[in-house]
Amino acid sequence: MSENKLNLTLKIWKQAGTNAPGSFETHKVTVSPDASFLEMLDELNDGLEREGKDPVAFESDCREGICGTCGLVINGHPHGPVPRVATCQLHMRNFKDGETIYIEPFRAKAFPVLRDLIVDRSAFDKIMYAGGYVSVNTGGVPDANAIPIPRDIAAEAFDAAACIGCGACVAACKNASAMLFMSAKISQLALLPQGQAERHQRVEAMVAKMDELGFGACTNTYACEAECPKGISISNIARMNREFLVSKIVSKLTD
Amino acid sequence: MSWLFRSLNSSVGKKVIMAVTGLSLISFLMIHLFGNLTLYIGREAFNAYVDTLDIIKPFIRVIEVVLAGIFILHIYNGIRLWIENRNARPVRYAVSGTAENTDFSSRTMFVTGSIIFIFLVLHLSTFWYNFNFTGHPETGSHDFYTIIVYWFSNKLYAVAYILSMALLTFHLNHAFQSAFQTFGWNHKKYFPLIKKIGLVYALIMGIGFASIPIYFSFICGGNQ
Ligand code: SF4
Ligand code: FES
Repeated sequence: MSENKLNLTLKIWKQAGTNAPGSFETHKVTVSPDASFLEMLDELNDGLEREGKDPVAFESDCREGICGTCGLVINGHPHGPVPRVATCQLHMRNFKDGETIYIEPFRAKAFPVLRDLIVDRSAFDKIMYAGGYVSVNTGGVPDANAIPIPRDIAAEAFDAAACIGCGACVAACKNASAMLFMSAKISQLALLPQGQAERHQRVEAMVAKMDELGFGACTNTYACEAECPKGISISNIARMNREFLVSKIVSKLTD
Repeated sequence: MSWLFRSLNSSVGKKVIMAVTGLSLISFLMIHLFGNLTLYIGREAFNAYVDTLDIIKPFIRVIEVVLAGIFILHIYNGIRLWIENRNARPVRYAVSGTAENTDFSSRTMFVTGSIIFIFLVLHLSTFWYNFNFTGHPETGSHDFYTIIVYWFSNKLYAVAYILSMALLTFHLNHAFQSAFQTFGWNHKKYFPLIKKIGLVYALIMGIGFASIPIYFSFICGGNQ
């Protein structure tokens, strides 16, 4: 059914390395509307490699919206124009024949470009190492439901835990702030009994780490919530602020 | 670094400074507007109101110093956040989706804030300066109502006022709900209401303050 294929012009960001200068490269592609966005890039790369040209570097893994590696900024929107999907779940039928599509990497000081569309998101890992965990002593395996957790609390924690750590919130924020990501991780633990022991030191350490890594501060524009593929709510950021302020007041002198 | 300095210097701390100083200014604006509305009762009412302020002058002076401090902190911290936040994205996007994923008030806080600052300088160098020191710029009279009439007979001055108040409305619309979010007071139960209150507050302030130059400049034409 070649008649309903889409003819598209792609403007793709090419950059050889972190400190190399970058620029847009133009490619013309003809693609089935049923292809996913990443399949479209796969086809483009196949063609480029056959011609002996340099393929476009981009990242992906699960291709089902759960691993968070595939973020691209498509026409100014992290993960593209469709709300609540990751780039790998975005389909070409959402674009119009003849359209020009700009494809850029996530842009943030804390996410340096490694090559073309691939950025280094290890800053998120560093935030997690700072406090995004619960310490568990070794010993017998606890009973699954030994600690009672009200259903609505469990549901709220689960909503926060839906964050896939993709970094689209940073990419969308005009301040490249990591608050939505961080607040999702903090909320998920602060809501549950298992997270209580390290509750205060966690929020303080994670906020300090985020600041140190060069992310911006939140100015409550809520672009993150609009672009997040998992619909993480900005009420998590409010919870994080609350946790932070309470901790500042009640935590130990040494913290 | 002391505990307090470190806390206020963090990303969340800086937001708290913006919110606390912002909410103080929000309360001040409300009082300011109520005072101004005596203009509509008439010359005597307004002059009496300003005279009352004169009687409690030492107290007013303290408030002015505190207000100036709050303003400076708000502005200094706002500029700092703006610079740091810009540095967090050294390379900008070729195509930006900001216009679609944020609202106008929220993404223009720095611009509206800067213009409001210019307005503030204009405002203080005319009304505040005349009221406190010189009296009427031509006659030296301390009939405050006449000073208002004098300045607003300048149409350009009045238009600058009205435009600034329009921008103030946008600034306040974002400011109010933003402060609540910063303090962590956001819940699906009541946050939509907070946003509405913020909008209504911003509109009352904007329209209330702008109505004065409109009235004196364009309705009465300075013929009171
Ligand atoms: S909060 Fe949303 S946008 Fe940010 S990392 Fe998590 S899933 Fe991605
Ligand atoms: S490739 Fe895993 S979320 Fe897209």
